[in-house]
Amino acid sequence: MIASENAAAIHVAIAGAGPSGFYAAEALLRSGLPVRVDMIERLPTPFGLVRSGVAPDHPKLKEAIRVYDRIARTPGFSFFGNVRVGRDVSVAELQLTHHAVVFACGAEVDRRLEIPGENLPGSHAATEFVGWFNGHPDYRERTFDLSREVVAIVGQGNVAADVCRILAKPVHELRTTDIAEHAFEALAQSKVREIHIIGRRGPVQAKFTTKELRELGEMAGCTTCLDAAELALNPQSEAELTERSNVNGPGNLALFRVFASRKVGDGQRTVRFRFHLSPIALIGNGHVEKMILTRNHLEGPPFRQVARPTQQQIELPCGLVFRSIGHRGAPIPDLPFDESCGTVPHTGGRVLEGSSAVPGLYVTGWLKRGSTGIIGTNRADSVETVQNLLADLSKIYDRDKQGGEALRQLLEARAVRFLNYQNWQTIDAAEIERGKQNEKPREKFTTVQEMFAVSEQIEQSRRSR
Amino acid sequence: MAHVVTDNCHLCRFTDCVSVCPVECFHADEERTYIDPDVCIDCGACIPACPVHAIYEIIDMPDDQRHWVAVNAERSHEWPVVYAKQDPLPTAEARRAQLGF
Repeated sequence: MIASENAAAIHVAIAGAGPSGFYAAEALLRSGLPVRVDMIERLPTPFGLVRSGVAPDHPKLKEAIRVYDRIARTPGFSFFGNVRVGRDVSVAELQLTHHAVVFACGAEVDRRLEIPGENLPGSHAATEFVGWFNGHPDYRERTFDLSREVVAIVGQGNVAADVCRILAKPVHELRTTDIAEHAFEALAQSKVREIHIIGRRGPVQAKFTTKELRELGEMAGCTTCLDAAELALNPQSEAELTERSNVNGPGNLALFRVFASRKVGDGQRTVRFRFHLSPIALIGNGHVEKMILTRNHLEGPPFRQVARPTQQQIELPCGLVFRSIGHRGAPIPDLPFDESCGTVPHTGGRVLEGSSAVPGLYVTGWLKRGSTGIIGTNRADSVETVQNLLADLSKIYDRDKQGGEALRQLLEARAVRFLNYQNWQTIDAAEIERGKQNEKPREKFTTVQEMFAVSEQIEQSRRSR
Repeated sequence: MAHVVTDNCHLCRFTDCVSVCPVECFHADEERTYIDPDVCIDCGACIPACPVHAIYEIIDMPDDQRHWVAVNAERSHEWPVVYAKQDPLPTAEARRAQLGF
């Protein structure tokens, strides 16, 4: 690109290289306008939760990466890996170098139970476990005491399902996935034999998609079961089932009824669904030994039923607890943030300061709408944000800006080490290569140092050739 | 396995499915959409997006809709990808009412 073309371009920075960031990039690069997209990611590697959230036994979902790779190869796209907005470059600086900044940083902070004992060893966020088995650099050093026999997972959504499958599946089924080697080795020694999946409301309100719930009933060497008495429904829940917009409720209930009829086999792992229960304390001497739960009843009209505690309490002996009750965004310095819901306040993706939109700042994905929806939900979400961004062009495209070139200079002046998309392709090829010896689709590098080392090594050998 | 667009899309073509598809596996002719089974990653995002419940994962599909598996595979390869939501067909609202959605 020649200098004058670069100066005349519309420069957009996108913070975050997960699905919502890539779909925003796609919508911008397809606009037919002279847009340059600079995607800034705090990790050296792109693809966000498709790389580090989607479970290793769901390889097909990871094929979404092919689409992101195609977007990244589009002329006008640049990648800045290992750069954190708010630390390495400020929001104000990006506003000087770019006409618009789209925040697509996701929701990486787990929601806490806020109960006594939550910080005991043995009590973890599902996020940590998922990051650990997926080789996320932030979580590779975590340890989980898999010598415990009984596990409680709090929450009944698809993340809880992922955690359950990885704990319950025969480990040999994971051997040829892209699971991190350290996780595979630890899981091979696992003594886990009983997993409780706990929901504060009833079977009709469970958040699993039917597809994910079905998988939980099809694991080899594992009986998925529940107490049939738990399936008694109140009239409001019956009403929820008859609503045609209720996509997962009826299918989920049908599966729960099948699970309720199952008998636990000898020597098998068991997965047991528990409903109408909320943890109120974790108890143990130096490590989680049991969970105290209160039994709930439901109050409110269909689809707005809430769990209210009763006087009845039960104990669940367990040695390992994973909370999986949602995520919050992490605040970004100098960007408005709504503490109550853990998202950035917005209207149609335009960031709001008080009640007025901040020119040139946008948000998309989980940071915009909270941790709901699946990969594709982000495509429609990012299209909405980009449509509004493009509608604002007359306001935000006020003067020539230098975009990625200026960002590069700023990072170099600060000695921030960053990787471009070509460097990622080098790392990608190296991961695939080292996966081959173990018949894995890839063996991920799990430290930032390794990623830089590999990228530099191969660059050097290229240059010396 | 894959997901399949069945009967109900006919005369509707709302294309809400297209806007949530993470991999652009939807193709369309003048009457309806089709899923390319070689591209679909089985995420299921399109199922709740369809206002007339036309999309099924093969495992959940009613028997009288099974012929659509082959039709989707064949027609998706003949017709272009739809990237973005389009206006529904003029007959869409009448058809939706007739289907009871």
